[in-house]
Amino acid sequence: MSEIEIESRNLDLWYGSAQALKEITMAMPEKKVTAIIGPSGCGKSSFIRCINRMNDLVKDCHITGELLFEGTNIYGNNVDAVELRKKIGMVFQKPNPFPMSIYDNVAYGPRVHGLRNREELDRIVEESLKASALWNEVGDIPDRSAIDLSGGQQQRLCIARTLAVKPKVILFDEPCSALDPISTAKIEDLINTLKHDYTIVIVTHNMQQAARVSDYTAFFLLGELVEFGKTKQIFELPEKKSTEDYITGRFG
Amino acid sequence: MTSLIPPATSDRAAKVMLWVSASIAMLTLLFILGYIVVQGLPVLTLSFLLESPRLSGAEGGILPAIVGTFCLLLVTLLSAVPIGIGAAIYLAEYAPEGVVTRIISFGVECLAGIPSIVIGLFGYAFLVIYLGFGFSILSGGLALMFMILPWVVRVSEESLKAVPGGLREGSLALGATKWQTVSRVVLPSAIPGITTGVILGIGKAIGETAVIMFTAGSSLLMPTSLFDPVRALPYHLYILASEGISDKMAYGSSVVLLVMVLVMNLAAVAIQRHYGRHHVRN
Repeated sequence: MSEIEIESRNLDLWYGSAQALKEITMAMPEKKVTAIIGPSGCGKSSFIRCINRMNDLVKDCHITGELLFEGTNIYGNNVDAVELRKKIGMVFQKPNPFPMSIYDNVAYGPRVHGLRNREELDRIVEESLKASALWNEVGDIPDRSAIDLSGGQQQRLCIARTLAVKPKVILFDEPCSALDPISTAKIEDLINTLKHDYTIVIVTHNMQQAARVSDYTAFFLLGELVEFGKTKQIFELPEKKSTEDYITGRFG
Repeated sequence: MTSLIPPATSDRAAKVMLWVSASIAMLTLLFILGYIVVQGLPVLTLSFLLESPRLSGAEGGILPAIVGTFCLLLVTLLSAVPIGIGAAIYLAEYAPEGVVTRIISFGVECLAGIPSIVIGLFGYAFLVIYLGFGFSILSGGLALMFMILPWVVRVSEESLKAVPGGLREGSLALGATKWQTVSRVVLPSAIPGITTGVILGIGKAIGETAVIMFTAGSSLLMPTSLFDPVRALPYHLYILASEGISDKMAYGSSVVLLVMVLVMNLAAVAIQRHYGRHHVRN
């Protein structure tokens, strides 16, 4: 197993008085893809949103336990969520390009972080669009509105936008659930390439997708981590009965 | 019990009745516009637009009233837009849900319900007398701001709230601060809605008479500073008609007023088109 990048220790999460995550303890290795699977409402999205502190935005959300990123508890006192999110990017379920040009979408992050140099921005935009396999399709139309792109292109643009900030970790929260099979295949190919440079955590509803793209898989059920291990092992020789039942399609 | 009227008949009857309602609404507008234009057109000459009035407005033109109206609207716009949008951003993006926010929202709604004559009276007591601005462009413009502020706040707040949450999350997830997110993503996305609200607010202000008769004065001279009194177009129109000075001139002024409102609405459409090009067409 390679170095651990993110580690969750006894993480509990409540929305008001409803507990959504119970004692989650797991470690996500560096430059690998960790998939989180489980039926709707099992807490997988709640968990991934803990990693970049997106749950801070949710009213009455309360978290205890530790979540370590590069050895530091991100729920510690002197951690700035804004700084943290520069290192831990996120791609959402529904493509959410900003209503501006393709170029401005990708340049948004660097600009927000103070970069003004046009040549430098041009270079980052080109690199990011190439890395997200979008350059061949939109490289010549950077001034076109991002809203005019197809759903799959929009999602890859959102990935490019995330890459432009040069994060270490990319979180994918069901990135293909709104996309057609061809666009889905492109995103999966992209994840396979990106894992050489980034630590990836992906929440997915689609078990085949987890099997295809991930190195490690965590199975969540009713807010608890049932089983975590190498993807091959989880899919071929699960230890727990409920994991096997879910993977073989007996529920969920 | 089954109805005595067959469904197909009631369907047709409903369609006819709805058509009649729509036609009456449309015809009312056309009739008012047509009447005013026909009455006002004879006096509408270039000299009517470019000259000062003579004999209290029975002769000459209405240039000072046009200029005065524009000056008042400029003061209103420059004060209502930053304050209104600022309040809306606070309410929509920052204010925690709770008692204070509800009190502010309630206050804004109450402000919207105050009759304009009361705002005029308040403007007279507070701006003209207490602050010593006198009958002036400044007093009139600020009093009009009080009147349209709730409108601007409400429409801006709704427009901001209509911006999809996914855009905020997308921006924050890139390490943007809340203010960067609001100012660079949320506010630009809400601009078309806000613009419409502001322009409709200005449209209300342009025709307002009760507020300005107590605050802006009724001078027919060309204003030279913010502290000069002016007579706005609707007030000029009111005086021309109520004091029996000249009906013809009153209708002519009405046409000019209507054209100004029309131009304003067209501007709203143009601004929306310009900012709307990045917006979702689904």
